[in-house]
Amino acid sequence: MTTAAAEVTARSIRRIALSHRLSRWDVRFSPYLYISPFFLLFGLVGLFPLLYTAWVSVHDWNLIGGQGDFVGLENFTTVLGQPYFWTSLRNTFSIFLLSSIPQVIAAIAIAAVLDFNLRGKTFWRMGVLLPYVVAPVAVALIFNDLFGDRFGLINSGIMSLGLEPIRWHVDVIPSHIAIATMVNFRWTGYNALIFLAAMQAVPRDYYEAAIIDGANRLRTFWSITVPLLRPIIIFVILTSTIGGLQIFDEARMFDNVGQGGANRQWQTLTLYIYELGWGQRNFGRASAVAWLLFLIIIVIAIINFMITRRIAGSADRKLRTRAKGIS
Amino acid sequence: MKRFPRSTIAATVAGAATFALVLSGCSAGAGSEPSKDGKVKLTVATFNEFGYDDLFAEYEAANPNVKITQKKAATSNEARDNLTTRLAAGSGLSDVEAIEVDWLPELLTYSDQFADLSSADVKDRWLKWKTEAATDADGRLIAYGTDIGPEAVCYRSDLFAAAGLPTDRAEVAKLLGTSWDSYYAAGEKFVAAGTNVPWFDSAGATWQGVVNQIPNAYEKADGTIIATENPQVKEAYTSVLAASSTLSAHLGQWSDDWTASFQNNGFATQLCPGWMLGVISGNAEGVTGWDIADTFPGGGGNWGGSYLTVPNQSKHQDEAKKLAAWLTAPEQQLKAFAAKGTFPSQIDALASDELLGATNEFFNNAPTGEILANRAAAVDVTPFKGVNYFPINDAMQQALTRVEDGTMTADESWAQWVTDVKALG
Repeated sequence: MTTAAAEVTARSIRRIALSHRLSRWDVRFSPYLYISPFFLLFGLVGLFPLLYTAWVSVHDWNLIGGQGDFVGLENFTTVLGQPYFWTSLRNTFSIFLLSSIPQVIAAIAIAAVLDFNLRGKTFWRMGVLLPYVVAPVAVALIFNDLFGDRFGLINSGIMSLGLEPIRWHVDVIPSHIAIATMVNFRWTGYNALIFLAAMQAVPRDYYEAAIIDGANRLRTFWSITVPLLRPIIIFVILTSTIGGLQIFDEARMFDNVGQGGANRQWQTLTLYIYELGWGQRNFGRASAVAWLLFLIIIVIAIINFMITRRIAGSADRKLRTRAKGIS
Repeated sequence: MKRFPRSTIAATVAGAATFALVLSGCSAGAGSEPSKDGKVKLTVATFNEFGYDDLFAEYEAANPNVKITQKKAATSNEARDNLTTRLAAGSGLSDVEAIEVDWLPELLTYSDQFADLSSADVKDRWLKWKTEAATDADGRLIAYGTDIGPEAVCYRSDLFAAAGLPTDRAEVAKLLGTSWDSYYAAGEKFVAAGTNVPWFDSAGATWQGVVNQIPNAYEKADGTIIATENPQVKEAYTSVLAASSTLSAHLGQWSDDWTASFQNNGFATQLCPGWMLGVISGNAEGVTGWDIADTFPGGGGNWGGSYLTVPNQSKHQDEAKKLAAWLTAPEQQLKAFAAKGTFPSQIDALASDELLGATNEFFNNAPTGEILANRAAAVDVTPFKGVNYFPINDAMQQALTRVEDGTMTADESWAQWVTDVKALG
């Protein structure tokens, strides 16, 4: 009797314990299970290639022949000793700065205009997004007609004014401006819409209060809109840093050779990787440059993050102290 | 400029799609299998225009046990990426893969990946240099020749007339002469007449003609790089740049400006292989006066041309070999020439009346078949092209461009080219 009763209690306790434990596991582990597909896929298509690239970069590696001898860091020291690595690093930064800075400024300005009560709102908003829909290669083809050295539209205009034509495919800075123009054409509208969405989330009473205090449009823009856009500005600057340092399509399509010019005037780091990997078939060196690019992007992203946080943060503090003063 | 997916959902969807593609790709890429009705299925991968579309139907009719599928890539670059990627992967290639002559030096270093196609039947089918270029060090023939690109000189007879030069193609051939010096001298005469039109398109295009006549320009037969010390290369570099300073339009070949210049009297002459005729008549549509002279400076020259290979990955190598041998036979190549203008590389085809009688309306009804056949016979040098030929030549093209666009002097640009070549090692 006692043993039977004990058995029953033990069983029910065990059953309770089991289901209890299961539900506790459910609460504790299910969320991880639900998000695991992303991480599994990220591991497959993100992390694995990343680590494999590191593995390739310490070997002699031919595109067709495959793995060769282990060479340690020799690929890294070799590419760091090549003048074209440094040229392409310079070009990458120059094109990145020429595209990202005007892009973010123009995007905020366009967003601010779109934030007004315009007639045909949706039309204007879709209008700025239109360039984003066009494939980068198509953009490059169209812009190449503008930036032709001899028979291009812009130079035809310049020459008809009696001025010297700009040598888009010969001089360094003009070629960077031309490529940055294509990048900006494609991405400004996209970023503007992101800023617009953030602006519309700013509570309208802030503006009303500021206008009652006598602030004009410009003042409210600088003192309310910009500080409150902080997280979005950081987001856009981070993504355009990542994208800007990886510019490839526009630079590759800028002439028919696709190597970034006879003197590498506009060769970016990604183009350099392509030249090493698919031109010279040297995957070891290409992977080394890919890893260097990865490290550069991380460093720049951290620097960007700190700078934007400080700038936006100081403006934010000003707003808060003023808000305190008002109340 | 690329962006990362904005949300987990987007990333997951994209990732799942990639995953599905990878899985299906693994099962689908196996190539050809005998189908249920006992037919052998052969796939043939080509690019641009080989002129084979009708020939496949003809072959199927004659060989009822064979079913052919053609995989046609739009550009040769696309076909090359496909070939190298699948060679590296070890599976997924077609039973017959078309290749371009330029890929051969590299593919020959992996010649064990291709079936040996040499046989007594086809031994003397092609021009000697065409076969030699596809034979590896052990004497294995890895590719059957399809077409070639013998070079002549195309010229604008209307601009010649304006400059007071002869316009008849026999007289022009005499004027241009058979050496580079006589070609440049004719150019000086043309430019001196003051028509304000340059003589040729670019130093780079002229360089292609010159360098293809040097047997070992950049590498010795064992692959040792001699490019920077070879006096012939330095001499060619100096002479081409000297000519280009007064005669060149400085238009990089294939650039947008180059293409546009055909409508703007960009230049008076151009070195042209057979397949270039189509390029010129396309770019210069509506322009009258183009003609072609039966001569080429410095002897004969060949630029481009293709081959058919049978990769070892093929499961039906014997059937594939048979098909490749049939397609590259003189009779079939003449049909391809009639269809798409690919100039045959087979000795018998070169002597056929059908080829010799062919004319080209755009080029003032010139007997292009006969002229190009003469040009093919004049090719007497097979330049050695090792694995480093193309990177070195590419760097040389850029060195010439740097001088033409004024970025550097000839000496500075040469020095940078030497550095570029050293960096390849």
